[in-house]
Amino acid sequence: MDETPTETIHRAQRATIAGWGRIGRAGRLLESVDLNRDSPHAALFRGLGRSYGDSAVPARETDLIVATPRADRLLFFNRENGALRAEAGLSLKTLNELFLHQGWFVPVTPGTQFVTLGGMVASDVHGKNHHVAGTFGHYVRALIMRTADGRIVECGPEREPELFWATVGGMGLTGHILEVEFTMERIPSPWIRCESRRIEDLRAFVAALKEAAREWPFTVGWIDCLKQGPHMGRGILICGRWAQPDEAPPAPPRLRRMIRMPFDCPEFLLSRPLVRAFNSYLFYTHPRPIKRRLMDPIAFFYPLDAIAEWNRMYGRRGFTQYQCVLPDPGDASIIAPFFERLTRRGVGSFLSVIKDCGAEGRGLLSFPKPGISIALDIPVRDNTSALVAELNRHVIEHGGRIYLTKDQFTAAADFRAMEPRLDRWLAVRRKWDPEGRIRSAQSVRLFGDHP
Amino acid sequence: MNALVLGATQGIGQALARQLGARGDTLFLLGRDASALERSARDIEARCGRAPAGYAICDLSAPEGFATALDAAWRALGRVDVVIVTAGQFGTQEELENDRARLATMLQVNFSNTILFCEDARERLLAAGGGTLCVLSSVAGDRGRKPVVLYGSTKAGLSYYLEALDHAYRSRGLVTICVKPGFVKTGMTAALKPPPFAGEPESVARDIIRAIDRGTPLLYTPRAWALVMRIIRLLPRAVMRRIGF
Ligand SMILES: Cc1cc2nc3c(=O)[nH]c(=O)nc-3n(C[C@H](O)[C@H](O)[C@H](O)COP(=O)(O)OP(=O)(O)OC[C@H]3O[C@@H](n4cnc5c(N)ncnc54)[C@H](O)[C@@H]3O)c2cc1C
Ligand SMILES: NC(=O)c1ccc[n+]([C@@H]2O[C@H](COP(=O)([O-])OP(=O)(O)OC[C@H]3O[C@@H](n4cnc5c(N)ncnc54)[C@H](OP(=O)(O)O)[C@@H]3O)[C@@H](O)[C@H]2O)c1
Repeated sequence: MDETPTETIHRAQRATIAGWGRIGRAGRLLESVDLNRDSPHAALFRGLGRSYGDSAVPARETDLIVATPRADRLLFFNRENGALRAEAGLSLKTLNELFLHQGWFVPVTPGTQFVTLGGMVASDVHGKNHHVAGTFGHYVRALIMRTADGRIVECGPEREPELFWATVGGMGLTGHILEVEFTMERIPSPWIRCESRRIEDLRAFVAALKEAAREWPFTVGWIDCLKQGPHMGRGILICGRWAQPDEAPPAPPRLRRMIRMPFDCPEFLLSRPLVRAFNSYLFYTHPRPIKRRLMDPIAFFYPLDAIAEWNRMYGRRGFTQYQCVLPDPGDASIIAPFFERLTRRGVGSFLSVIKDCGAEGRGLLSFPKPGISIALDIPVRDNTSALVAELNRHVIEHGGRIYLTKDQFTAAADFRAMEPRLDRWLAVRRKWDPEGRIRSAQSVRLFGDHP
Repeated sequence: MNALVLGATQGIGQALARQLGARGDTLFLLGRDASALERSARDIEARCGRAPAGYAICDLSAPEGFATALDAAWRALGRVDVVIVTAGQFGTQEELENDRARLATMLQVNFSNTILFCEDARERLLAAGGGTLCVLSSVAGDRGRKPVVLYGSTKAGLSYYLEALDHAYRSRGLVTICVKPGFVKTGMTAALKPPPFAGEPESVARDIIRAIDRGTPLLYTPRAWALVMRIIRLLPRAVMRRIGF
């Protein structure tokens, strides 16, 4: 901000700051070790930058963006009831390293462990257990925040609940989160029992997800989104639950090494024939009957983490993820036309993920609501905005919504049309930050902040 | 092992203290900021399941407080096996040239006061029959170089002291370890562009613990810096005058 002390500016670095989709903007980046000290001057906080879109990207070149991952102290962990408090930069990876083998896990995990607690709250992340567990915000007991007026405020479901529920899923725009307190969950063993099987088309997929939801706490589907015709929507359904001690090997899973994407891939690698071949390969190499196995939870929850910087696969122009949730009457009648549009346009999403969502959470801008969530990786090309606008039309028409943490291309009017809760959230934000001091490229694009 | 760490609130010292705690060593933390110390002590307790034996204020720019701080540590730990100093300051050549007050503080903190602290610790360790003194110097002290004229000189002096101390007192049971990190990604270097072979504090801390366990008197970490510095030490002055690093 304008009155940032020179000492703070000195420690910050001019940088291009991008989300996971690698479309960046210039700003001032400060890797903070002391969130308390550095927060009064920040325009925005960011964690490990795993949001795909522009939510952790600066609004202006002069804006100070404070990166939290060096502020990663655990402040307490109660081994009786799982209550845990930590600085907002603590990563899920560290939590897993410390506690998975001791019988504790986060109640909700996204599909990567390279996220911070602050990022998990700001996006109100959901996981493979959304149908039974809801979002992460549901397990948060308290937040310590630096609000735009410079005060330190503690909030939670009972204390300043309005600020709290505007912050859960609020994409960092209601104040900077300094500390997070939430409840960890006991697990019976550090292993997952996993079952997967082929699904032949979209309608069968929706039915299978619904059925699996009754039995399994973790479910997710991968879909071959290039397949047209009667087998449109074929893919693999993956279900899991924590293994009981008597089913699990005596030793915990061994640590794995990551490999690294060594360079930006050329764009032809994402051409339709190659993506088609890759998806068919995944489908046909899966055995036809049900495949049952014991899995390392790290491999089960975070398959993409095995390749560091896999986002370089999408080449220099970067990519975007499109994720929406659409209501479903149980027969795939709303998502089917969505996939028809996609396959007709030949959108070569390398990996497409489908998941049934449970009840809507209390976060004023939280993403999930009952229905089917679809996530697609789309390499950025000249027509990306038009494609997103077309998909958004379908979402608006059927009362669905998109996930802000993935978004970089939605128009403000479209977001407003799909988000009846927006005015309530904007009112809370205005109350805590009337001048819009806390802002991001996303808030300029979607919420009318000054560029 | 009972370990006393000055500088465990950030960076390499924080990684070291977490790893020592995780393997069951008993810690006592020294630092200049009470609230940072308290939070770091809680962090170690929550991560390792066991709290440090205590913590006390010790500011490297205020040597009159050293004795009190060390008294508190010795009282809490009973016996001290290793004293580790990771506290230190850095400034770019430009910053230090343009700010005399900051330069004066850095010269004192990194050189004279660190040595005063070590002298006090040395006496106490020797009085108890020996132990290990492990101090972080830097590759910046290995050769006079343009970007680290001032910072490097404090580390050159410190490295000299640490080597001599090891020669002088090893026979009486005091092992002195001089650690020379290369570029490590911590808050200290956050505003700089990482060069090749930049290290992470966690792996540097692992190397340091191994050196402490084995009594290795001189450690370059990450390893590649041993070779890099060997080459830089060999470069003729005419070359050093011309190049930028
Ligand atoms: C491979 C992969 C799989 C994923 N799977 C899922 C999934 O299954 N479910 C899901 O919900 N999400 C998923 N995500 C998205 C990811 O979980 C979120 O984007 C998450 O917010 C990223 O956390 P981060 O620490 O990297 O935050 P960043 O990306 O750095 O920031 C994200 C947002 O959080 C805000 N923020 C971060 N820290 C703070 C803070 N301390 N105070 C205030 N605001 C803050 C930022 O301002 C920004 O708006 C996935 C992402 C990837 C790359
Ligand atoms: N990082 C590198 O690339 C690198 C390279 C070569 C050598 N080194 C040396 O390695 C050591 C550790 O570096 P680092 O990267 O871990 O640094 P860091 O992250 O900046 O941490 C420095 C630590 O020193 C403490 N400290 C600073 N001034 C102090 C004072 N006056 N009194 C007491 N404590 C003080 C800080 O305490 P607060 O939390 O209170 O600030 C902090 O705990 C330093 O000696 C440094 O010179 C580092």
